[in-house]
Amino acid sequence: MEKRMLKDDNDRVDGILKVTGQAKYFAEYELPGLTYGVLVTSTITKGRITALNTKDAEKAPGVIAVISHLNKPSATAYEQEGGPQMKIFYTDRIFYNGQPIAIVVANTFERATYAASLVKATYAKEEFNTDFEKALKDPKAKKLQGQADYKRGEENAYKNAEVKLEERYFLPIETHNPMELHGIIADWRPNNQLTVYAKTQGVKATQGTIANVFKIPMENIQVNSEFVGGGFGMALRTWPLEIATVMASKHIGKPVKVVITRMKMFTMVGNRPAAIQTIGLGANKDGKLTGITHRAYGETSTYENFTEGVVNMAKFMYQCDNVNTSYAIVPVDLGVPIWMRGPGEATGAFALESAIDEMAHALGMDPLDFRIKNDPETDQQKNKPFSSKNIKEAYKIGAEKIGWNNRKNEPGSLVEGPWQTGYGVSVGVFNANRGKASVKGTLKADGSLLLQSATSDIGPGTGTGMTLIANRLMKIPVNKITFELGDSSLPPAPSQGGSATLSTVGSAVNDVCVALKSAIAELAANSNMDATANFVDVLKKNNLPQIEITKESQGGKEKDNYSMYSFSIHFVQVKVHSLTGVVKVSKIVSVGDSGTIVSPKTARSQMLGGAVGGIGMALTEESIIDHRYGRYINNNFADYHVPVNADVPEIDVNFINKPDPYINPMGAKGMGEIALIGFSAAVANAVFNATGKRIRTLPITPDKILA
Amino acid sequence: MINFQYLRTTTAKSAIALLVKDKNAKFLAGGTNLIDLMKRGVTAPEKLIDINHVPLKQIEQIGNKIHIGALASNSAVADHPLIKEKLPLLSWALQAGASAQLRNVATVGGNMMQRTRCGYFYDIEMPCNKRQPGTGCGAIEGFNRMHAIFGTSEQCIAVHPSDMCVALVALDAEVVLANAKGERKISFKDFHRLAGDTPQLDNNLKVDEMIIRLEIPVNNLAKNYHYLKVRDRASYAFALVSVAAALEISNNKIIDVRLAMGGVAHKPWRLTASENFLKGKEAILSNFEQAAQLAMQDAKGFGGNDFKLKLAPNTIIEALNLAKSKA
Repeated sequence: MEKRMLKDDNDRVDGILKVTGQAKYFAEYELPGLTYGVLVTSTITKGRITALNTKDAEKAPGVIAVISHLNKPSATAYEQEGGPQMKIFYTDRIFYNGQPIAIVVANTFERATYAASLVKATYAKEEFNTDFEKALKDPKAKKLQGQADYKRGEENAYKNAEVKLEERYFLPIETHNPMELHGIIADWRPNNQLTVYAKTQGVKATQGTIANVFKIPMENIQVNSEFVGGGFGMALRTWPLEIATVMASKHIGKPVKVVITRMKMFTMVGNRPAAIQTIGLGANKDGKLTGITHRAYGETSTYENFTEGVVNMAKFMYQCDNVNTSYAIVPVDLGVPIWMRGPGEATGAFALESAIDEMAHALGMDPLDFRIKNDPETDQQKNKPFSSKNIKEAYKIGAEKIGWNNRKNEPGSLVEGPWQTGYGVSVGVFNANRGKASVKGTLKADGSLLLQSATSDIGPGTGTGMTLIANRLMKIPVNKITFELGDSSLPPAPSQGGSATLSTVGSAVNDVCVALKSAIAELAANSNMDATANFVDVLKKNNLPQIEITKESQGGKEKDNYSMYSFSIHFVQVKVHSLTGVVKVSKIVSVGDSGTIVSPKTARSQMLGGAVGGIGMALTEESIIDHRYGRYINNNFADYHVPVNADVPEIDVNFINKPDPYINPMGAKGMGEIALIGFSAAVANAVFNATGKRIRTLPITPDKILA
Repeated sequence: MINFQYLRTTTAKSAIALLVKDKNAKFLAGGTNLIDLMKRGVTAPEKLIDINHVPLKQIEQIGNKIHIGALASNSAVADHPLIKEKLPLLSWALQAGASAQLRNVATVGGNMMQRTRCGYFYDIEMPCNKRQPGTGCGAIEGFNRMHAIFGTSEQCIAVHPSDMCVALVALDAEVVLANAKGERKISFKDFHRLAGDTPQLDNNLKVDEMIIRLEIPVNNLAKNYHYLKVRDRASYAFALVSVAAALEISNNKIIDVRLAMGGVAHKPWRLTASENFLKGKEAILSNFEQAAQLAMQDAKGFGGNDFKLKLAPNTIIEALNLAKSKA
C-alpha cells in the first residue's frame, strides 16, 4: 500500500489512503461466494412471537436461508443456562420495537431486502412503556442503583446555604450515527475456523465475544478491522446483529455480509441514554461553594442494565466539603444504550456546568471568576494530589482568545438588531487512564521499523500517534515506520474507548522502542561498534535481517498516589435571534489540558470533532420516539440533525501541552472525551448570557428559545 | 427486490402515452424523493418512466413571462442569470432547500411533486391517512412539531416540504400541464391541495397528466425580497416556518407585496389578507406587525407545533424587515 506521501511528519499516516478511497472498510471486502443478510425486525414493542411465517421469504428468488428462533443454529453459550436475556434467535420474547427477530440470507442484498419484507410475524402484545419520564414518575416502575451513593461531609448541605439553587436538567436520547453504517462479514469455514471483517473499536473484544458465544477457541477466530468510519462508542461491543451474522454463516457454510440501514442504526447499536438530573448547589455570599448535590436518573433497557459516570464530576471538580451524589437507572422498553463520546460525564457536565453558571449568576459573579475561586488544589474525593492540572492557565488562554472581556455579566446586554450575543464557558473532565497493552517491534536492516498491536483506530489517528512516539525515540523518519493495527492476531491491546489508547498502547510502543534501542546497543557493544552506531549498520555487521521484541506494558503505583484526569475548557460565543429563536454558535475556543500533545494535528482534529459533536448535543441532536408505538420518528439523517458545515464556526483549538509527570512515559493524557464533555453547557450558558433564558432541556431548538 | 419495469422516453408525448397505459406507473426525474419512498415501502410503482431525456429544461423569457421547463434542475434554476436577475426570490428559496448534491439532480417538477416528510407517512408500521387512507393520523396526537397550523383537517396535518413552491406561489406562477389531448394552464396556487378528506392527494395533477413548465410573470419585486427559512440547523433541514417576502416600495410606500409561508400547511401558503392590508401602506414595522397578525387569524396548533403560532408571525415580520432593508 502506498501511504508514505506525508507532507510533514505530523500528517496522518493514513490520510492519503482515506481521502483517495484506498482505505478499505469492513463492508468493502469481497469474499468468494459472499452472501448477503438482512435482518427482520419486530414491529411491536413488547410481547412474544406466536408465529413466524417464513415460507414466502424462503421461496423468494435468491434466498438461501431464513434464520430465526424457530431454527436457532447452534451457539453453545446461548444453549446453556444464564447469559444475556436477549439471546438473538434463542427467544420468542420481544423486548423493544425494532429488535432483530430473523435474518434472511440471499445471493444479493436487494433480494435479501425484499425477502425480509415477506417474513410475517404474529405477536402476543403486552403493555409497554418507552417513556423515560413516565417511568420515572411511576412509583411502581423499577429504579435500580447505577452507582453507589457518595457522600462527603453533610448531605444536601446546599439546602442550608446562604445562596442556594436546585434545578432539573433533561437530556434526550442521542444516537451516535457515525457516517459508516454498522455491520460485519462473517466467514465460518470447516473445522470451526472463522474470519470476520468487523466495524469494531476492539478486535480482541470482538474475538472474545464470538469465542464465548460459540464456544470455539480464540485462535480459531480472525478479526479484521483496519479502518473504522467512526464509532463514538457504538462499536464497543459485539451486537446481536453481529452474532446473527456469524450464526448465519455457520448455518449455510458461506460467508455472509450484513450492513444495516440508517434506520436500524437507531435500534440495533445503542445510543446515549436519556437522563434527568437534579443539581443542588449552595454557596456563601463570597462565592465559595458549601454544598453540591447531584442526583441523576439514566435510561436503560429491560433486558440489560447500562450505567455510566453521570455523577462522577461533581465529586472532585470543585472545592467543596459537602458533596453527595446518587445515580439510578430506569428500565424502559427500548434497546440497551451504550457509551457515546464523553459518555456519562458529558451528560453530567451539562447539568453541573449549567448549575455552576446559574450559581455564579445568582451571586452576581463572573462565572469564570466563580470557577477559579472554587478550583481545588487537590482531589477531595480521592484525597490525593492531581498528577497534573493546569486549569487556571487554560481559563486564562481561553478567556483571552474568545474575548471574554467583551462579555457583560448582565444577560441580554449585547444586542445588535434582532441578534443577541452571549458568551459561555464550561469545563470538561475525564479520567486519564493507562491500561495494559502489548506491542511487537521489528527493526529491520533496511532501516525500517514495523510496530504491531491489536489496537484500533476509529478515527482519532492511532497509527499517527504511535508512529510519532517511535519516531522521536528511535530517530527513525516517519516514512520508515509502519504501525499495524485492527488485526486480532497481533499482540493484544484493549478496545479503543475511554480516551486511553494513546496512553496505553503508546506506552507499549515506548517500551518496545526502548528495548530495541538497548538491544541494538548491546549488539553494537558485542561487535565492537560504537554505542551510538546506527541500527542499520549494527544489524548488517551482525548479519541480522531484523530483530524483534514484543513488550507488554502497563502502569504501576502512580495511580495509587495521584488523581489523574484530563481537562478541557470550552468557550463559546453565540448569537440568538430574538424573533426566530435561532441560535448560532459564532465562535469557539477550546483549550485542552491533557499532558503532552504527541500528535498535534490529530489532537487538534479530535478537539474539532468534539466541538462539532458538542454543537449537536447542545443545539440539534435528539432521537424522538412516539411512545404510543415505541417507534422512532426521526430515524434518518434528514430528521436527526447532526451539525452541518454551516452550523460550525471556526474553532480555535489550544493545548497547554505540558507533560504529566506520572501517567506514562510520554506524559500524555487522553483527549477524545474531553473534546466533547462540557461543551453543551458552554452553549447553554452562552444562550443565557445572550437572552436571559435558561434552557435546561437539550437540544436548544428555536421553539425552546421562543417559549 | 420488488420488481418494477424501467422505461425511458425522450418526448413528453410518448411519456404521457406510457403513463396512461398503467395506473401504477410513475415518472422518474431526479428521484431524490421517489427512490426513498420506494426503499421505505411507501410506494411501489410497477413502472418507472424515466423522463430525464425529455427536453424540458429550458429557462427563458418569452414576452413578459419567464418559462422554466419541468425538468430543469433546482440548481440550474437557482444559478441561472435570468432567474437571479428577475426572480431572485425564487433563486434564494431554491438555495434554501436540500443540499447542493440534491439540488443538482432534483427537478422543478419533482420538487412540486415531492411528498410530505411526516415521519408517520414514511413508517409503514404506523398509521397515516395520506399513505393508507382510513388508518388514522399518527401526527395529530403524536409528534407534530413539524406539522401544519393552517388548513388542517381531521385526516391529516402534514405540510408540503418545498421551499421553491413557497416562492412560486408568491410570484403568481402558473403551471402548464399536458395530457394526450393537449395542454392546460392553472395557477400555481391551485396546483397543491389541502388535505381535507382526501389526504392521499397532494395536488390537482390528474393521473394522465404531466407537468410541462412553469410560467412566471416578470415583476417589480426583484429589489426588496427575502426568503427566510427558520430551521433546526443552518442547512439541510426542512423549514419549521419559512417566509417568502417581496416588496415593491416607492417613497417608503408599499406599491406591491407578496407573502407566502412554508412549513405551515399542506400546500404553500399565500398570505393574501396580509398582502391586501399592506398594499398602499407605509413600509414600517408597525404595519408589518399588523400584517403578521392578520396572517395568523385561522391558525391552530396541535401541541408540539404550538410554537409556530409565535414563530410564524415573527418570521413574517423579520422577512419583511429584511426584504425592506435589502439594498
